[in-house]
Amino acid sequence: MDLKTFVPFSPCSRWLLLVALVGSEASSDLNESADSPAQHAPKAWFAASSSVPDERISVFELDYDYVQIPYEVTLWILLASLAKIGFHLCRRLPGLMPESCLLILVGALVGGIIFGTDHKSPPVMDSSIYFLYLLPPIVLESGYFMPTRPFLENIGSILWWAGLGALVNALGIGLSLYLVCRVGAFGLGDLSLLETLLFGSLLSAVDPAAVLAVFEEARVNEQLYMIIFGEALLNDGISVVLYNILIAFTKMHKFEDIEPVDILAGCARFIIVGCGGVFFGVIFGFISAFITRFTQNISAIEPLIVFMFSYLSYLAAETLYLSGILAITACAVTMKKYVEENVSQTSYTTIKYFMKMLSSVSETLIFIFMGVSTIGKNHEWNWAFICFTLVFCQIWRAISVFALFYVSNQFRTFPFSIKDQCIIFYSGVRGAGSFSLAFLLPLSLFPRKKLFVTATLVVIYFTAFIQGITIGPLVRYLDVRKTNKKESINEELHIRLMDHLKAGIEDVCGHWSHYQVRDKFKKFDHRYLRKILIRKNQPKSSIVSLYKKLEMKQAIEMVETGILSSTAFSISNQAQRIQGIKRLSPEDVESMRDILTRNMYQVRQRTPSYNKYNLKPQTSEKQAKEILIRRQNTLRESMRKGHSLPWAKPAGTKNIRYLSVPYSNLQLPERDTRAPESSDDHGSGSEFPPITFSAPSRTGMLQERRRTQETIPMRNLPRGGTALHFGHHEGNGSHEELAGRGRRAAVRPRPLFHAVDEEYESGEEVEGAASAAGARWTAEQGHNRGHHESQSPLLQRK
Amino acid sequence: MRVFFPFLSLLSVSSEQIEQLHRRFKQLSGDQPTIRKENFNNVPDLELNPIRSKIIRAFFDNRNLRKGPSGLADEIDFEDFLTIMSYFRPIDTTLGEEQVELSRKEKLRFLFHMYDSDSDGRITLEEYRNVVEELLSGNPHIEKESARSIADGAMMEAASVCVGQMEPDQVYEGITFEDFLKIWQGIDIETKMHVRFLNMETIALCH
Repeated sequence: MDLKTFVPFSPCSRWLLLVALVGSEASSDLNESADSPAQHAPKAWFAASSSVPDERISVFELDYDYVQIPYEVTLWILLASLAKIGFHLCRRLPGLMPESCLLILVGALVGGIIFGTDHKSPPVMDSSIYFLYLLPPIVLESGYFMPTRPFLENIGSILWWAGLGALVNALGIGLSLYLVCRVGAFGLGDLSLLETLLFGSLLSAVDPAAVLAVFEEARVNEQLYMIIFGEALLNDGISVVLYNILIAFTKMHKFEDIEPVDILAGCARFIIVGCGGVFFGVIFGFISAFITRFTQNISAIEPLIVFMFSYLSYLAAETLYLSGILAITACAVTMKKYVEENVSQTSYTTIKYFMKMLSSVSETLIFIFMGVSTIGKNHEWNWAFICFTLVFCQIWRAISVFALFYVSNQFRTFPFSIKDQCIIFYSGVRGAGSFSLAFLLPLSLFPRKKLFVTATLVVIYFTAFIQGITIGPLVRYLDVRKTNKKESINEELHIRLMDHLKAGIEDVCGHWSHYQVRDKFKKFDHRYLRKILIRKNQPKSSIVSLYKKLEMKQAIEMVETGILSSTAFSISNQAQRIQGIKRLSPEDVESMRDILTRNMYQVRQRTPSYNKYNLKPQTSEKQAKEILIRRQNTLRESMRKGHSLPWAKPAGTKNIRYLSVPYSNLQLPERDTRAPESSDDHGSGSEFPPITFSAPSRTGMLQERRRTQETIPMRNLPRGGTALHFGHHEGNGSHEELAGRGRRAAVRPRPLFHAVDEEYESGEEVEGAASAAGARWTAEQGHNRGHHESQSPLLQRK
Repeated sequence: MRVFFPFLSLLSVSSEQIEQLHRRFKQLSGDQPTIRKENFNNVPDLELNPIRSKIIRAFFDNRNLRKGPSGLADEIDFEDFLTIMSYFRPIDTTLGEEQVELSRKEKLRFLFHMYDSDSDGRITLEEYRNVVEELLSGNPHIEKESARSIADGAMMEAASVCVGQMEPDQVYEGITFEDFLKIWQGIDIETKMHVRFLNMETIALCH
């Protein structure tokens, strides 16, 4: 395909672009550094050339200060984006290391450049900017894309693990580090307990988003995935809450003055802050869902409403010193269900993409800062502190995982095995969150801030690179899967059947304890919430509304691209006529298996698929798509009874004479004239060896063959290459037809038979298009393979 | 609790799980003592399953319920429900090779019954086609023709595995259970045919 030719070119181009960018950035930095010694040197230079500096207008001016901040920020973001493009183009890299590693490297690179050119990086990150502008998009995005149903089903375990885990980690690391500091030999005697506790709390902010991609690859079970996801979601919030409380403690008292009352107050505050934040978020979520009910006529502001309300929930919670992170998360979760039904298709897409964009911008900036901090002069290296930090991080995570899960397993329907727990332990990768909190430590309160920053950086680099890269192989190793080399069609079939069977049985008896709660919530939801929050004329069932959305989406897609992804298979044309036993050639087997794998009804994906860095079609969309296809199938079947489509356009109807294969003389249609026209992969039609089985079934076969021949219109359209073959027929390729038909008309017809005439009736054309789609199996017909007669069989359309 | 004793050996699961299954049974049946086919409509997720009808049918199949060589029961009670569930418990590898082989055979028999809908002991071409069509039902691009051809191809493969070289006019009636076992010889069904919740060790319980 095209990509193959593109790939060798692209790394070079990518490197070129990188170099160009780096060069421009370096030059801008150089300009800046050149600027600083001489104030407005360029201006002075030009001014010097003119005798009276004030009166001349300089033709060419350079003012870097004015644009410095946005310019550099933009350059950084672009650099990171280019790196991501390159990362994904290189096929093997995404499997090797998580994307956050890449961002860290880019940050380090930029940091290196800035350090190397002795440039004063603009002070873009300070406390207010981070908490007000950089953090909310990241949290919003993870809250919005969270798969709600598994989250709510596992909410008990998730809250238990995320909340208590963060607490245990923070306290554990803090206390043990404090004990280490007591040992005089390390030179850490001036670190107070509060400081180490604070350090522990910021180290407890785990960022396992990197590992989620690995999990998705390895297809771990849903509960494990959700636990990690839930932890990623809630952990930021909880550690920020802890952080703030501890900072408040540090500000208020000296260590000796802290009384038990204060500690109790701290705990109470922790709970209030958490729950209050969630409460705020839910309220705002409902409000925004309600408002989107009325936005039919100005759908352009729908994304605006969604974003503004989420942000408002964050700010409102922060005003009251509640947890803004939890608020925005709860807002996103609440709002999502209703908003998705209310907003228009384009708004929906816009919201998704804009969210991803914002969060990736934020994250990139944070990583850049991390890189800048790494390569700089403000480090303090203390071997003991750093080593012990690393060690304690791992130890305490292990303790918290095994202890907490031991307890929660007693209450779970699906207990987590030891393997699962090992994986959870190993996924404790620290990321941008920890770094930000360390970076923003007020220097006044923490004279040894540099030590903390250095230690945090070491932990982040260690966990992100080493754990991030090795967790993939570890997951695969622990979950030893026997790869079934599917050599045969039978195996493919059977295995797929078993998958479906297993899914079915699991459905019949799965998730019992949660069903009742969920059903009750659903009833409540239906009776009250939906009436208030969802537009009047929306369909009751979510599947139907999704169906409608998908239809629209596909109609749009079709119009835009002209080609829908359809199955492309090619059965090789090589099997000879075999006397006696007719065997399937390996290519046939291969292609049949190909068809099977690509076309068999997909087993419902059990693991939710969340990718922090990219948008993939939602599982539910895929499922609904399949339902849509099936329903259209049945609709098509019922249509064959004769009644025309409501949207069939009578104008410009033409008749098509389809081609049939007479029963007695099953010849292969002449294909040679079409072959040169046919595009690459769809050239040869399917040829299939006839299969002789027991006699009674054979006649049955033939009879059915006859019947199906009549109902399948054969049609060979010239290979315009697009599914808009209607367009080929002048005056009839109207888009309204296509839009009306949605998916049906979209499939590429296979040129198998020689079309005598290429007119068609619109009413039947639809059906024809639909059933002309995809594979044309001449299975039952080719007794004589390789027989290329120029006889054009005719099929009479019923 | 006592009433569940005979089931413990059947399933080799803990009594908690039997209780949970019982709760589920009651939910499905609407607190009736038996389940009918219509009750399976209460499982919304089953809608999306292409072999839905086969799965439901399997629950009522007399051969699976060990009540007879063919036919469908009208309704099943909890004991029957558990019988069906027992096909999906994990094979306990500690029990010795014979037992393992036996368990595997049982599971494959369950599968065989799913394919062989007319209970004649053979999977004929028609039945195979039926299965393939259902599996491919999600995709409109694939015509019935193709489903048939795939089924034909699979049948041919099975024939070659089971019977070896065939005479030109020899006719292959269908896959018998022994042939079925032969096809499945290399494939590991363990991860596929067991449901996770039934994954507990045998616990001797006396409540």
